[in-house]
Amino acid sequence: MADDADKTTPANGATTQQERVKPEPPGYFEGESMTRRKAFAVAAQGLGGLAGAAIVLPAVGFAVAPIFHRGKERWEAVGPVSDFVEETYRQVVFTETEGIGDAGKTTAYVRKSSPELGEKPGEFIAVSNRCAHLGCPVRFVEAAGNFICPCHGGVYDFVGKVLGGPPVRPLDRFQTRVRNGQVEIGPRYSVTSQLKPVRARDPGEFTGGIWEYLYPPRPSTFPAP
Amino acid sequence: MPKLPNLVPAPLRKPAKPGQAGPRKGQAPADLKTSPPERPSDVQRLVAQAKEAPIDVAAWLDQRTGASGFLTGMLFRKVPKGTNWFYTLGSATMFAFIVQAVTGVFLAMFYTPSATQAYASIAHINNEVPLGAFVHGMHKWGASVMVILIFLHMGRTFFFGAYKYPRELNWVIGVVLLILTMTMAFTGYLLPFDQRSFWASIVGININGTGPVLGPYLSDFLRAGPELGATTLARFYAIHMLLIPGAIIALIGAHLYLVVKLGTTAPPWVRAQRPKVAAPTAQLDGADRGNGASAR
Repeated sequence: MADDADKTTPANGATTQQERVKPEPPGYFEGESMTRRKAFAVAAQGLGGLAGAAIVLPAVGFAVAPIFHRGKERWEAVGPVSDFVEETYRQVVFTETEGIGDAGKTTAYVRKSSPELGEKPGEFIAVSNRCAHLGCPVRFVEAAGNFICPCHGGVYDFVGKVLGGPPVRPLDRFQTRVRNGQVEIGPRYSVTSQLKPVRARDPGEFTGGIWEYLYPPRPSTFPAP
Repeated sequence: MPKLPNLVPAPLRKPAKPGQAGPRKGQAPADLKTSPPERPSDVQRLVAQAKEAPIDVAAWLDQRTGASGFLTGMLFRKVPKGTNWFYTLGSATMFAFIVQAVTGVFLAMFYTPSATQAYASIAHINNEVPLGAFVHGMHKWGASVMVILIFLHMGRTFFFGAYKYPRELNWVIGVVLLILTMTMAFTGYLLPFDQRSFWASIVGININGTGPVLGPYLSDFLRAGPELGATTLARFYAIHMLLIPGAIIALIGAHLYLVVKLGTTAPPWVRAQRPKVAAPTAQLDGADRGNGASAR
């Protein structure tokens, strides 16, 4: 309060050397909350930040956009219905990712659904060969009736459930349908330990229960059947 | 042979003993009047000027940049007693990085970051380009050398206690550099696009994905999609050759600045020495510098 009094009262001898008043900046008016200098500094920095954001944000968005992009659903015929039986798998190779040649191909093991295993009759089961541990290619070993992974020793039973080793969930599957007598393979989906279909997860990610929230489904995958 | 200019800056130079520092100030040498020096010929003057040219250039630059003060401080900074070969591990890591940068630039002249052509372009480098296998080998083995050296450098810093006050920030920068180096090793591994690099990258990306909540999105970001696809390789290549090298260069600059600014630490087995208390008068005249002042 004393300062305010000093600013307004004329220097009629009341101000001494010790209480010298700082000169008011040009344009000062009573009750201003911000000096002209500060207002310009804030405005300049704000404009600079806006210009920077106009450059950086589109670039970052460009880099992270693929996370939110879902490609076209792809179906590929892998053979006539008569090729597949209930008792064992038949190995098929088809293109999962287009545009990168052989690197985009993947392998699935396909069989007819078996009522003995409690599956709906008349369908086809396509089990992905991608290990649910870290994504190595597993192989169906006919003699054992198991899927075995060469990398870290993961073992799966006939329907793809984990028997041993590090895998965290059963083998992924692909949607199937029959068109013109041909079995067609579609998008990938994952399953819980009870073989309940869920949206596709990457290897190493658990499915079911609380894990559905800790490893949320990604927008780039297709909904589960 | 012309006398070399004295490289040691004046403040660090040993003062001359009395009677050896040349003629006293303000007095011409005694023989100047009896035998004055001959005037040099034009040729001699030109030669003398030519000899001065490098110094003139250096002075021209120095006058405009003020670099000599900075360089003197950096190159003639004091290092503690006990400094040994372990202190060269940081520079060794930086040299490994420089080798990677140089060989990487030349590999980029022949490499094609396309899923269908990458393997063929690496085969072309190895089999047909002159010295291609050598440069590729330097880059490949140099990557391992850099990772090994950066870990040894971190071990040295840790076991010598060189991360403590006031050098914590430099430790933090060093950890970021370590992470960036590992990211370089990870992204570079995919580029040859052979079976080994393909499956190693798939496993690496999937390990990234096992992080809860954000992991799956990180995997999608790295692959640019739900599966390893056409843009994955280009993305890894851009991260490997543009994004991270820039960050590494900037952080090495900050790392070195702090090293020069804060100095290095003595190894832990060197005991701190208290400076001896100077006798009040004996050294002020400069005649007795042999005792106290040289105790360090």
